[in-house]
Amino acid sequence: MKRWLAAAVLALGLAGVAHAAIDTYEFANDAERERFRDLTKELRCPKCQNQDIADSNAPIAADLRKEIFRMLGEGKDNQQIIDFMVDRYGDFVRYKPALTGKTALLWFGPAGLLLAGIVVMVVIVRRRRAAPTDGSDALSAEERQRLDQLLDTKTDD
Amino acid sequence: MKRWLMVVPLGLFLLMAVFLYRGLYLDPAELPSAMIGKPFPAFNLPTVQGDKTLTQADLLGKPALVNVWGTWCISCRVEHPVLNKLAEKGVVIYGINYKDDNAAALKWLAEFHNPYQLDIRDEDGNLGLNLGVYGAPETFFIDAKGVIRDKYVGVIDETVWREQLAAKYQALVDEAKP
Repeated sequence: MKRWLAAAVLALGLAGVAHAAIDTYEFANDAERERFRDLTKELRCPKCQNQDIADSNAPIAADLRKEIFRMLGEGKDNQQIIDFMVDRYGDFVRYKPALTGKTALLWFGPAGLLLAGIVVMVVIVRRRRAAPTDGSDALSAEERQRLDQLLDTKTDD
Repeated sequence: MKRWLMVVPLGLFLLMAVFLYRGLYLDPAELPSAMIGKPFPAFNLPTVQGDKTLTQADLLGKPALVNVWGTWCISCRVEHPVLNKLAEKGVVIYGINYKDDNAAALKWLAEFHNPYQLDIRDEDGNLGLNLGVYGAPETFFIDAKGVIRDKYVGVIDETVWREQLAAKYQALVDEAKP
């Protein structure tokens, strides 16, 4: 019984391995391994759209991982590797797009919208605050009398 | 408050609406190719038939389609008869057999007819990588000087050819005329 249980547990472990995209690469050192991990996380798989190439099982992602590994071995720096990919697949493959005229909206759009929102809010708040100082909310004697009247009738009911 | 300020939110809304509405009809799988306007990448590869070695210089001289295909690619099978017809009409097509088993490729070409004037054998996918290929079939349009002018991802069927691609090819042919 125990033996069967152990076998079942081991088989479960295997199932997990079979699902992940795992290649066996031998890195020269930990720094290189770290760079490989960063690069494959930052580059997007051209075929599967919303996965990075570390995550994807598509053949093209495997090819690109192999290519990155090869370039790391050749001593290329991260920028060269990213340029290599962008030259072939376009800005699309970068999860962190380069700052160019085309991508400026992407980079500054959200901050710009937030800023615009704050400006609008400040303007409105200031206006509201400025409004009462002219004393227009104070009631004239006539109005006060009418108000008292209304309130009185209310309490009488 | 100034009157015109009141139409600003409406204006912004309309702008966003147009922008997002357009987005509904964009195909996210269609990537703008980074290769357009660049010369065809250098390569040195054997033919599928194995009789000679080809380089990028062999593609010069005539505007042409460069079609990336493989026997593993099911939609390439759908596309193949269309390419045969185009080749018959005189369209110059070069083939890149991408990451394929060469024997299977030879069998395919023998069985379904070979529309390609040259068959480049890219068994390990290096040329494909340099072209930014991310799936087959993909078709590049090159001009007489070997510069990539356009790219079509997906199956070229008769409608696509008639409505989108024929004019592009014709433009390249006209351009090449003295």
